[in-house]
Amino acid sequence: MAEVLRGRWGYASITDKIADIVLTRPVHWVWALVFGAAASGALFFFGAMGYLFVRGIGIWGVDIPVAWGYAIGNFVWWIGIGHAGTFISAFLLLLRQKWRNSINRFAEAMTLFAAGIAGVWPILHLGRPWFFYWLTPYPNVMELWPQWRSPLVWDIFAISTYLIVSLLFWYVGLVPDLATLRDRAHTRAKQVVYGLLALGWRGEARHWARFETAYLLLAGLAAPLVISVHSVVSLDFAVGNTPGWHSTLFPPYFVAGALFSGFAMVLTLAIPMRHFFGLQDFITARHLDHAAKIMLATGLIVAYGYFMEIFTAFYSGDEYEIYMTLNRMAGPYAPVYWLLMACNVIAPQLLWFRRVRRTVWLLFVLSIVINVGMWSERFMIVVTSLHRDFLPSSWGMFYPTGWDWSMLAGSIGLFTMLFLLFVRFLPAISIFEMREIAREERE
Amino acid sequence: MPPVSRALWRSVDEPAAGSDGHGPHDAHPLEFSPSRRDFMRLAAASLALAGAGCSPPAEEITPYVKSDGEPVPGVPRYFATAMSLGGAAIGVLARSDMGRPTKIEGNPTHPSSLGATDVWAQAAVLELWDPRRSQTVRRGALPMSREAFFSALGARLERLRARGGEGLRVLTRYVDSPTLEAQLRAVLERFPAARRHVWEPLHRDNSVEGARLAFGRVLEPVYRFDRADVVVALDADFLREGPGRVRYARDFAARRRADGRAGAMSRVYAIESRPTLAGAMADHRVALPVAGIERWLAQLDGQLRGAESDDPRVRAAAADLAASAGRALIVAGESLPPGAHALVHALNDALGAPGQTLQYIAPVAAAESCTASLRELTGDMHAGRVDTLLVLGGNPVYDAPADLAFGDALARVPFSAHLALRRDETSAAATWHVPATHFLEHWSDARAHDGTASVVQPLIAPLYGGTSPHALLAAVAGEPDADGHRRVRRTWTLRQAQGEREFENFWRDSLREGVVRGSAAAPVSARPRGVPYSPPAGPAGWSVRFVEDASVRDGEFAANAWLQELPRPDSKLTWDNAALLAPGSAAVLGVRTGDLVEIEAGAARVRAPVWVLPGQAEGAIAIALGYGRGTGVDAYPLRASGSPWEVRDAHVRRSDGRHAFATTQEHARMEGRDPVRRAAIADFEAGDFDLGKEQPEESLYPEWRYEGYRWGMAIDLGACIGCNACTIACQAENNIPTVGKDQVARGREMHWIRVDRYYEGDAAAPRTLFQPVPCMQCENAPCEEVCPVGATVHDSEGVNVQVYNRCVGTRFCSNNCPYKVRRFNFLQFADRESESLKAMRNPEVTVRMRGVMEKCNYCLQRITRARIETEREGRRIADGEVVTACQAACPAEAIVFGDLNDPKSRVIAAKRSPLEYALLGELNTRPRTTYLARLFNPNPDIEEG
Repeated sequence: MAEVLRGRWGYASITDKIADIVLTRPVHWVWALVFGAAASGALFFFGAMGYLFVRGIGIWGVDIPVAWGYAIGNFVWWIGIGHAGTFISAFLLLLRQKWRNSINRFAEAMTLFAAGIAGVWPILHLGRPWFFYWLTPYPNVMELWPQWRSPLVWDIFAISTYLIVSLLFWYVGLVPDLATLRDRAHTRAKQVVYGLLALGWRGEARHWARFETAYLLLAGLAAPLVISVHSVVSLDFAVGNTPGWHSTLFPPYFVAGALFSGFAMVLTLAIPMRHFFGLQDFITARHLDHAAKIMLATGLIVAYGYFMEIFTAFYSGDEYEIYMTLNRMAGPYAPVYWLLMACNVIAPQLLWFRRVRRTVWLLFVLSIVINVGMWSERFMIVVTSLHRDFLPSSWGMFYPTGWDWSMLAGSIGLFTMLFLLFVRFLPAISIFEMREIAREERE
Repeated sequence: MPPVSRALWRSVDEPAAGSDGHGPHDAHPLEFSPSRRDFMRLAAASLALAGAGCSPPAEEITPYVKSDGEPVPGVPRYFATAMSLGGAAIGVLARSDMGRPTKIEGNPTHPSSLGATDVWAQAAVLELWDPRRSQTVRRGALPMSREAFFSALGARLERLRARGGEGLRVLTRYVDSPTLEAQLRAVLERFPAARRHVWEPLHRDNSVEGARLAFGRVLEPVYRFDRADVVVALDADFLREGPGRVRYARDFAARRRADGRAGAMSRVYAIESRPTLAGAMADHRVALPVAGIERWLAQLDGQLRGAESDDPRVRAAAADLAASAGRALIVAGESLPPGAHALVHALNDALGAPGQTLQYIAPVAAAESCTASLRELTGDMHAGRVDTLLVLGGNPVYDAPADLAFGDALARVPFSAHLALRRDETSAAATWHVPATHFLEHWSDARAHDGTASVVQPLIAPLYGGTSPHALLAAVAGEPDADGHRRVRRTWTLRQAQGEREFENFWRDSLREGVVRGSAAAPVSARPRGVPYSPPAGPAGWSVRFVEDASVRDGEFAANAWLQELPRPDSKLTWDNAALLAPGSAAVLGVRTGDLVEIEAGAARVRAPVWVLPGQAEGAIAIALGYGRGTGVDAYPLRASGSPWEVRDAHVRRSDGRHAFATTQEHARMEGRDPVRRAAIADFEAGDFDLGKEQPEESLYPEWRYEGYRWGMAIDLGACIGCNACTIACQAENNIPTVGKDQVARGREMHWIRVDRYYEGDAAAPRTLFQPVPCMQCENAPCEEVCPVGATVHDSEGVNVQVYNRCVGTRFCSNNCPYKVRRFNFLQFADRESESLKAMRNPEVTVRMRGVMEKCNYCLQRITRARIETEREGRRIADGEVVTACQAACPAEAIVFGDLNDPKSRVIAAKRSPLEYALLGELNTRPRTTYLARLFNPNPDIEEG
């Protein structure tokens, strides 16, 4: 088994290596190029939002019967991606998986950005987005509360809780490293900013003791949220009566799908990052191997979900469920179904092979394939279920417009931009936790 | 026909492609509340409109019986008037909100209405308030004053008088107004050498000529479907076309219900060249091109005379007819030639129909052949014998037979004036265009299909100072008094010949009731002569059948967005016509829906998009008239004077290109789900039928008790004829916007009640099933559970209401609605800018903004109004006191609404029927709107399929 930390690294050299990316390394032209493209996408995304608010959601392809379209699909996709980070940080911390130390920081950042972008979609999706706060319980003269039976209300709580806890967890984990950056910064501005953010961390034993406790507590708090947030998201569908939605399988199936896509996104980000910043010693073949194994495992759960959906449809004998299943396979959106089957069920089987798990470029391709597949899955769940439900007279089609596609692309641009900024301004790998590994290795 | 500039039609038609006439793209981009300054400006504009644009007529108008008393602000009043269409009037009650006509209802006292209306009557308010109505007199394109026109006309008439009116011609549509008729006579008295002509594009020349053949004079049949046990309809859509359609639907539907009496249900055979409502209602339907129908008729004739037909349906129908002598009826459609009409008269006579299932009366309006009349006129115009032509309504440049070249002929007339609501092709070609008044703006009178007269009283002074046909003819006849009110009164003074006091009573009663009592035409007894009849041999080429459009009729309503967006009953197409092809014919041509075909008949060629329509006759293409202006294809170039309804030897071939249609129902099969349940009457009476009803599931929760009212609805699928009157009535009542063709194509139409159409059986000869679907008002409403803000909730009377103010637009409710009856304002569909449309709207119903969901709420505003009235009187709302808009408009009385807590209510009676079932009852939504299964009465001697 390959090691978690490759080569001979000491405290100082680890710190140098990671902190230099932030503090001294000049801007690379590849970074600048990708950042330029991503920032343009983000700018477009904001512009498109403005247009959307002015014209209304009719600029998208949504209609009756397919009243939910890309906005909801994108929401579920992004929130799924936003799963791996907290899972890595919290779950694996509690399970004492030390190898997580080199990937948890950027995975958490990924989680925050993905969950944040995910949280924007349900608001954009509203007919009257300026009233989004009506979904929250706030004191008002009408003495109106939200309607608690609606899963959309549960959603608000699940997502906001998850976002807040993830942010706290990430920030708390950053504090010792922020102090390191403060101490090593050469310019006054950086010293002040990192200093403020470091909250007066001096690395005393007392600090470390409190830090460990707080971090563990937050991990304990965050771990169940990993499960709850996507379970609740899945209830947006499962509580509905639409064939293809109304299923008790959804919560576990969604959580597995979320981890599946989340780890795929971790690889999509880690592989270029370790390449361009020369972090192969920190993010080693072993990390990639572990992530691939988790993808394989969660991918199998997802595949199980797909097959159980088919099984229950026929086992129930419910004509609407059976029709929905056949319509997915052979109806107008059949290409989407077979695409996701190929991406999410067939392609991950390659990960059984050690050679594949150790071939970096292949893993990168697979991670992209899986993210495409998981997006297709959300399209299938949202659109294919709605477009033909109970009364054949109401059956219809959904055709995405240019705005649907470009806003999805814009949100990816925003995500990429945020991640690139993160890499340049914060230590993408946890310095103090890497030092821990180095110490343990020496012992 | 001279080329009509597209720019003209752009100005008339294209804005109509949007919401209430405004494109969604024209909508105001920002939806935030207006600033105070905006508000003041709008308020000032509204005041100006209320003061100047919108005033009551100068003369005293009399409200309908139930609206008597002093007007109370905020309480609508109803005035009886009448709407003429195609030479017969339907009596209507026009709702007036502070002087603004906002809604049309049927007049229960009027024999052509009995309280119901058709789609055109429902769309009349939009015709009135349409901001694109013509507002100025024009000479050529030049705006002129009204006085300028009348002085030009006066000068012209002075010269004409010198030669007795030589060269003066008046062209009208069918005249069903006694006053207009009298005025035309007066014109001819003053100008003995002048001539009057009549042109109605959807004319009844074949009926006229057929009656002349049979009786030696023109007589019109008035049918009594309520008395007919057996009906044979030969290419006759008596439920949708021609005079009496609304009344006929009522009479017909009355015999399609199971009321427990044996033999209560009629049996209908429809032999037709294209899908019709009558055919959809028929127990047996045969689709044939017109020539085939003629042969079928000849076989029926032979069978009734004792010959043996080899067609089992002919034998069965003949046996049925013969066995029901005195209770049988054969109805011939306009596409059949005069000889066939004469034969049908003879057969009806032999079956003892006259006096029983039909009555002959002197013609109400169609007294002569329009084609002959127009041919004579255009001949004279071409020959230069016409120097002054007054065209009162109609649009002959567009809709005259192509071979008469009316447009070219008009160019040779030195002085022509066209009186019309809109500037159309004829207006553009005539030397003068004069804006006409709408029927809600002028005094007139009109006769119903059975001859009953009504006084047409205006509800509002002309919005744009238009000229009524009466005023124009008064000027021609040299009448010194141009007052429309006095003129109509004079017509009736002369007719009534009674004292002044009696006349005042008569006049007031006629206005109050909307009918002139006892004015129905006297039945004429006449025996038809036997006329030898030989049907034609089969057509050599394709048969092209011109049909009246279910929305735009002959093109008259082409600019009406409500009608354009109303799905056509058979195809569910909106904003379009198409070459309707049977599946087999499409296969022969190698085309599918959306492909183009080129139709060549004589010298004319038309390229039209194909719509494959199950139930269309093989070898025949049906194409609706009235399109080609902004949307659809103009079929008039194919229509010659000798072949007004069918071209028999057309050449049709596939053409390049594709066309995008906008339909509201993409899927036509039931997929074994049986939303429309059916039973044969024989099985029903024997108790041998299974509707597959589901028992509601047990609930852990106690049943909610409704203490006061508990509203509910039943829809009788056996009675529903699929005419769409409910859909458009709901649109008018509930301020429902139109969205335009592109938005319909995107699946965003807004109708709260839709009429689903399914096909059953073989695509070549399907059975058509209609099902109106409004909100089901589920007791376990799936929409309510998922709304995060509680914008859709049950009220205390069980109505599932939508709170627009509270809706944030998550659309979860629509996803969770298994009936998909919820409609979403994806964009700002409602036109919130046009002043005249603001005046048109129902003041009791919110105009929705974009981003909110809307749906049927059982016309909550009507329930509320009834509640206010009855609470004031300290009593409960009686059964029948609240009538929903769809129910009121329904000519078949298929919709029953009422209080489920009232054991004696009609809705309870309907729901007690063993035919009652809940749509998707297995989902345990427990809908309050339930259905009565469709009943059929097939002839046991005919093996279907």
